Amino acid sequence: MSAEPKAAVLPGVRLGRVSFVWRPWLVAVTLLLAAATFLLFCLSIGIGDFPIGLPQVIATIFGHGEPVDEFVIMDLRLPRALAGLVVGVALGVSGAITQSIARNPLASPDVLGITSGAGAVAVFLVTVSGGTATAIVDSVGLSAAALGGGLGTGLLVYFLAWRRGLDGFRLILIGISVTAVMEAITTWLLATADIRDVARAQAWLVGSLDDRGWDEVRTALWCTLALLAVVSCVAFQFKPLHFGDEVAAGLGVRYARVRAVMLLCAVLLAGAAVSAAGPVPFVALVAPQVALRLTRCPTPPLAASGLVGALLLIGADLVARTALPVGLPVGVVTAAIGGPFLVHLLVRANVR
Amino acid sequence: MVAQDITRVKSAVAQVARLTAEDVTVGYGGRTVIDGLDVTVPPGVITTIIGPNGCGKSTLLRTLSRLLKPTRGTVLLDGDDIVRLRTRDVAKKLGLLPQTPVAPEGLTVADLVARGRHPHQSWLRQWSSDDDAVVARALAMTGVSDLADRPVDTLSGGQRQRVWISMTLAQGTDLLLLDEPTTYLDLAHAIDVLDLVDDLHEAGCTVVMVLHDLNLATRYSDNLVVMKEGAILAQGHPRDVITTELLHEAFGLRAMVIDDPVGDRPLIVPIGRTQVQPNYRGKSGS
Amino acid sequence: MGMTAVERAAPRASTPTRRRRVVGLGALMAILVVTAAVSLAVGARALSPAEVWHGLFAAPEADQRLTEIRLIVRTVRVPRTVLAVVAGIALGVGGALIQGHTRNPIADTGLLGVNAGASFAVVSAITLFGLTNPFQYVWFAFLGAAVAGVVVFGLSSLGRGAGNPLTLALAGQGVAVFLAAMTTAIALTDQAALNALRFWNAGSVAGVGFGVIWPVTAFIAVGLVLALSTLPAINLLNLGDDVARGLGVNIALSRTVGILAITLLAGAATAACGPIAFLGLMVAHVARYLTGPDYRWLVPYAGLLGAIVLLVCDIVGRLVVRPGELDAGVVVALLGAPFFAALVWLGKFKNA
Repeated sequence: MSAEPKAAVLPGVRLGRVSFVWRPWLVAVTLLLAAATFLLFCLSIGIGDFPIGLPQVIATIFGHGEPVDEFVIMDLRLPRALAGLVVGVALGVSGAITQSIARNPLASPDVLGITSGAGAVAVFLVTVSGGTATAIVDSVGLSAAALGGGLGTGLLVYFLAWRRGLDGFRLILIGISVTAVMEAITTWLLATADIRDVARAQAWLVGSLDDRGWDEVRTALWCTLALLAVVSCVAFQFKPLHFGDEVAAGLGVRYARVRAVMLLCAVLLAGAAVSAAGPVPFVALVAPQVALRLTRCPTPPLAASGLVGALLLIGADLVARTALPVGLPVGVVTAAIGGPFLVHLLVRANVR
Repeated sequence: MVAQDITRVKSAVAQVARLTAEDVTVGYGGRTVIDGLDVTVPPGVITTIIGPNGCGKSTLLRTLSRLLKPTRGTVLLDGDDIVRLRTRDVAKKLGLLPQTPVAPEGLTVADLVARGRHPHQSWLRQWSSDDDAVVARALAMTGVSDLADRPVDTLSGGQRQRVWISMTLAQGTDLLLLDEPTTYLDLAHAIDVLDLVDDLHEAGCTVVMVLHDLNLATRYSDNLVVMKEGAILAQGHPRDVITTELLHEAFGLRAMVIDDPVGDRPLIVPIGRTQVQPNYRGKSGS
Repeated sequence: MGMTAVERAAPRASTPTRRRRVVGLGALMAILVVTAAVSLAVGARALSPAEVWHGLFAAPEADQRLTEIRLIVRTVRVPRTVLAVVAGIALGVGGALIQGHTRNPIADTGLLGVNAGASFAVVSAITLFGLTNPFQYVWFAFLGAAVAGVVVFGLSSLGRGAGNPLTLALAGQGVAVFLAAMTTAIALTDQAALNALRFWNAGSVAGVGFGVIWPVTAFIAVGLVLALSTLPAINLLNLGDDVARGLGVNIALSRTVGILAITLLAGAATAACGPIAFLGLMVAHVARYLTGPDYRWLVPYAGLLGAIVLLVCDIVGRLVVRPGELDAGVVVALLGAPFFAALVWLGKFKNA
């Protein structure tokens, strides 16, 4: 055997029994992204019909603001900005998990038809007037109802596809069938509704943060926090899966279980995001790819993807509110960015 | 740490077989591949499983490594039913290298080999100084220390295989299972890898391999397991097992078995229909 | 199990198999004729066979009731029946073709961005030119569909990924989502466009006159000819590009002609009816279940099945909410998807 090398193979950070690999670039970039997100978050709160300077925004958030600022920020601006933050993080992390598992940037966490189910419920509540609809909206709020609709659809797909076990192909085909039904219902509701409601519904369907109050944010916030906690715990066992099932099994990982848990988290995160903001396009696709390149990681980094997602969404919302001549939902801006970015990814991957 | 662990095992005089399969039946989706098979893997030697295509050699290896669960029968690892053990505990005793492992693009050699320490790590303890030392030693044993910072996908086939073996070594096991470690490697690199495997065996590892090249299998093994149609045809030292009759029965191969002029094992010389000197045609001499 | 891949892919059908397929084709045609006849008779006002006959062939008479019947049959029932047949064939063949060319069992004609391109062109035309008559924006729809199809095909043909089914799916989905968002953006700024969009989105074979149907049929006919010419090549392409090339198939040409055919077929059908999703996917799978993987039989079966399904859905749409109507596109999803899901659950479709 050759002589023992003196230098460490990988630099480590050690404190008592706790130890991690020291990755300076990843840590630095992630911290920078976090700082940038916080700044953009505060900026987004400050900009509006009643402009508030950045220092006042930060002061008010930490409880030392003027009463006037406090009202505007706490009741009007903060929920919207928080929605952007939470949805962005949820979509970014969901996309990173899905892309890691599928090893395919096309993979969408929406295989169970959750988005279409949430959409059908949301459009129903927006366009149909009458007792049931208003009762639901008043009691649980549009967001929670949409989330319920989405989860219900997901469960329906899961149970319809279950027959002496779960088959991936059957799951996808049934997911497509159920999605088709939900989308047909949505189309029909829109075709028969009052034109004024159609505009609101259509805006929800493209992804929007307009009129998002504390009710909408609460559900998404708690769901996302809980799911992020689960993801953080499982993330360590998830790493060997990048080498394929067999190597992972050889390294002592119960890969089927870990993958199922992570995939479920990805699906639920996407569901929480959709319930709060509607199906915002491209964030789950773009954020992990950008994070991967910024941090120079071989696989999509979970934390950085979430932060990039938040930056993307809050930034897009800012642009949608201010830079465009007419106010448009945030989904339009993310699509305008995401579409060309996708073309760029395609060109880069294939023309080298 | 690897070397010390290995010597400890060596001196434990393990006459007990490391891995045993007892009356094992394995199948996929309704199709039975192996039916009622018994095999023992003796400690401290290189065991190679050979056989014609579709005979179940990979299936057997995957069953021994717990990738497949037998529908009947048991696999024993150091006397314990492998299915009942915790996956992590199995990983601390058994290192597996599957046929075509994939690594994400851009991953460095150091990161890949370091991943081999996973069974010994936890959420809070992801890189102890022990881990670092073991990985350094594993890199040195396979001679890839200089390549530590290079991305794996920029390496040649032979180098990449050494790196994967390095990862399996970093697991700190003295039982290695290798599924076709020389496929897609040219002969020089294949010999290189097998020489490395022999070094590891000299250091005390028990190795079980699946190889499809018969002559490489005979030269590098101490124990050959010849399979056909899901059952074991013959088992033992290559000198005892490799005969013209067996080659014909197992592989349908007409061949001459001579003494390898370079090594001390039999050498298989195939006799085909064409390109054969007149005095060998129609004969299967030895 | 003993056959080679080549033999299995394009089996020299034994006479009983051939005969069975011809009989099947004949049976489908007979069902189509019967369904078409039913379509002429059924509606808000049911007509007897004698009245239908009179409506089709009799000379003008003074009798008020008979004139009404003639009007109903000639200006309402015949056009929608003809369009349902033509569009159904186009979408069925298009669906089978795209699954054959992309080797992707969940591909639908919408994958090429055809639906999204048509919708985008429609709202743009309404906003830019103030069009109000559906007959006017049909041609824009066709142009939009065609351009989207060409763009998606072009993107997926770049460099190394050329013709790769995954690249096609990526490009198609990206373009479709992008266009959908832009369509919503435009529609939200122009209420007339929004109104037209929501009616357009519910694909329907009603209310289209022969001024549009004849030209659309011409395009579809051209598309069918192109499609039929590529059928033998598809069988070989499904063995893999290398094998196909070795057997003398010009892959680039086959793919181009194929995509052109799909664009013509799906584009013309969508231009006339609006986006009808799921039909192509569904009948392609059912056709494969009936005929096996030989595309020379699969595609004609898919075409006839498409026509039958669309007719049946249109008929049902006329009956369930009498005297109102449910658009055929909506019925296709509401009826077809559960039916399809049931077949999936029963395990009738293998992952091709």
